Amino acid sequence: MFEQFVFYFFATVLVVAGALVITVRNPVHAALCLVLAFFTSAAIWLLLEAEFLAIALVLVYVGAVMVLFLFVVMMLDINLVPLREGFIRYLPVGIGIAAVVLVELVIVLGGDRLGVLPVPEPHPAGYSNTRELGEVLYTVYVYPFEIAAVILLVAIVAAIALTLRRREGRRGQRPEEQVRVRRADRVRLVSMPAVRREPLAGGGAARGSSDGSAPESGE
Amino acid sequence: MNGMAALDLAPVAPEIVLAAAACAVLVVEVYGRSADLTYRLAQASLVLTAIVLALNFPDGSVVAFSGTFVADPMAAILKIATLVIGWFLFFYLQAYLRERGRGSGEHFILGLFALLGMMVLVSAASLLTVYLGLELLSLSLYAMVALDRDSPVAAEAAMKYFVLGALASGMLLYGMSMVYGATGTLELAGIGEAARDGRDLILVLGLVFLVTGIAFKLGAAPFHMWIPDVYEGSETPVTMFVGTAPKLAAFAMAVRLLADGLFGLHGEWQDMLVVLAVLSIGLGNVIAIAQANLKRMLAYSTIAHMGFLFLGIIPGTSEGYAAAMFYVIVYAVMSLGAFGMIVVLSREGFEAERIEDFRGLNERSPWHAFLMLVLMLSMAGVPPFVGFWAKWSVLREVVAADFVWLAVVAVLFSVVGLFYYLRIVKLMYFDEPGEPALAVANPLRLVISVNALSVLVVGLFPGALLGWCLAAFTGG
Repeated sequence: MFEQFVFYFFATVLVVAGALVITVRNPVHAALCLVLAFFTSAAIWLLLEAEFLAIALVLVYVGAVMVLFLFVVMMLDINLVPLREGFIRYLPVGIGIAAVVLVELVIVLGGDRLGVLPVPEPHPAGYSNTRELGEVLYTVYVYPFEIAAVILLVAIVAAIALTLRRREGRRGQRPEEQVRVRRADRVRLVSMPAVRREPLAGGGAARGSSDGSAPESGE
Repeated sequence: MNGMAALDLAPVAPEIVLAAAACAVLVVEVYGRSADLTYRLAQASLVLTAIVLALNFPDGSVVAFSGTFVADPMAAILKIATLVIGWFLFFYLQAYLRERGRGSGEHFILGLFALLGMMVLVSAASLLTVYLGLELLSLSLYAMVALDRDSPVAAEAAMKYFVLGALASGMLLYGMSMVYGATGTLELAGIGEAARDGRDLILVLGLVFLVTGIAFKLGAAPFHMWIPDVYEGSETPVTMFVGTAPKLAAFAMAVRLLADGLFGLHGEWQDMLVVLAVLSIGLGNVIAIAQANLKRMLAYSTIAHMGFLFLGIIPGTSEGYAAAMFYVIVYAVMSLGAFGMIVVLSREGFEAERIEDFRGLNERSPWHAFLMLVLMLSMAGVPPFVGFWAKWSVLREVVAADFVWLAVVAVLFSVVGLFYYLRIVKLMYFDEPGEPALAVANPLRLVISVNALSVLVVGLFPGALLGWCLAAFTGG
């Protein structure tokens, strides 16, 4: 009875948070609502005694992914007005389709077709959820696990290939070239005969060049 | 079933080799700084994978990795076809990139991973592997489309492809969760057992989502919206990558899910596929007439061809699946040649992608005009080219399953389709050359010739390929 109360509480919070994610105006608020949704689904997993998954969800999604996401949302000044264009216009169609799908799902899945699973029996004290998961992950599901790893590799390759590019006219420092610079790259010694010229009206330039050449020729 | 005792790596050897080779090529690409080297290594890894595959050719159906992987003749034949097509794809890709002075090896790396995804998908024996293979394939392709970073059209195409592809994956996943909920297993064989008596409402609901996802990925009407934009917006060799080999994998996915997994619901999915087939064949052939861009026209022709592919699956017989498999292999080769012709005739600053660009090709280069003629007539389904045999074998199975009206509709729309294929032939042979003139000298002459003439040769001797396809489903 208590478990059911806890479940319905978290389920309600989850659904409300999910709805808020797509309806609130401020993207930062939307991201925070998503954090709330992740937390509540982690709590539901805890109810099912899937502790490892619950912790992983909080650590990975809330701790890493959503924080990064918030950074991006805060750094990019996204103008939301064009994104919301047509929202009202498409709203009736969207609500209509959603209602039809909802009714269909209730007809199909409603009643006791799938049934309510009983709350699992508590495991003995030495039971390790992580070990159980690891054992099937590296034996029964090792092939899908490896494919998932390859997918992550593709994601890395794609992300780097799409963003790392040499742009024309981009200015920046290249420290590795700066420290390797030699004197010969920057200074060129020109030996010229010392000539004294008559000062001209705008004689700054001529004077400068004769000043510059004087020490070189002396070397 | 449990643990390392059942771990047998031999059936999975081709996938392991390709994955390892792709990683090795990736490292070489990072440190090698030579796109040409990457390209050659990518070609070599495909050849190596094909050799390993041929050495491990399965006699029967071998299930490995605790029921997540299956190696059977259908998978082996489709994988070999995928690798051969991938090999040709790399030729076109390399020529296209070099012509434009874009020596980047990323295309080949992503291409290798996409091909790996196709092989995983073709050999999938559980819902989990179907989904992961599909994602590996799709993610690589999204990135490949987006790699043309300076083109806003390509960016738009990549965005559309990504969003709609993600939607399709969501549909598929939702359907899978329904099927899992109803049967309690992820393995397709187990699902086949549990769904044998059919008519479970949850299964039917799951089936609707699965069929939607399959139709999205194949590009059948009414889930075809992304096809024309992606085909037109991508660079031509990337369009080839999207439009040829993945169709083989999507066909395998359809057969695995519908025939292996949910055959108990044959009556239900038959009705859905009939609707999809009629819509695709009708819409594809009619709208293709109005196109001025060759890539867009070929996109609509793809939609029509996918309708024909469904015709083979509809009867639910081994012969039907074999005919559909023959069709999809033939389609992939024809479409490779047609897009390849665009690559061959285009050069830097001039994409030969408008239909007008083919005007008077016969005067410029009779050989290329002849190859294009072969490809177009084959796509239209004119004998003696292989496209005719593909259509004929599919239609024969549909008639054998008492869907005569469906065959009549398909033939009628094919006649409509004949118009836009023949229009290109007319432009090439009976019109004056336009400006700018088409380039004719090209290093790809041999590749495109082999590609296009294979359509003619297989058309004259279709028995072997047809026999292999049949053996894949009946010989066991």
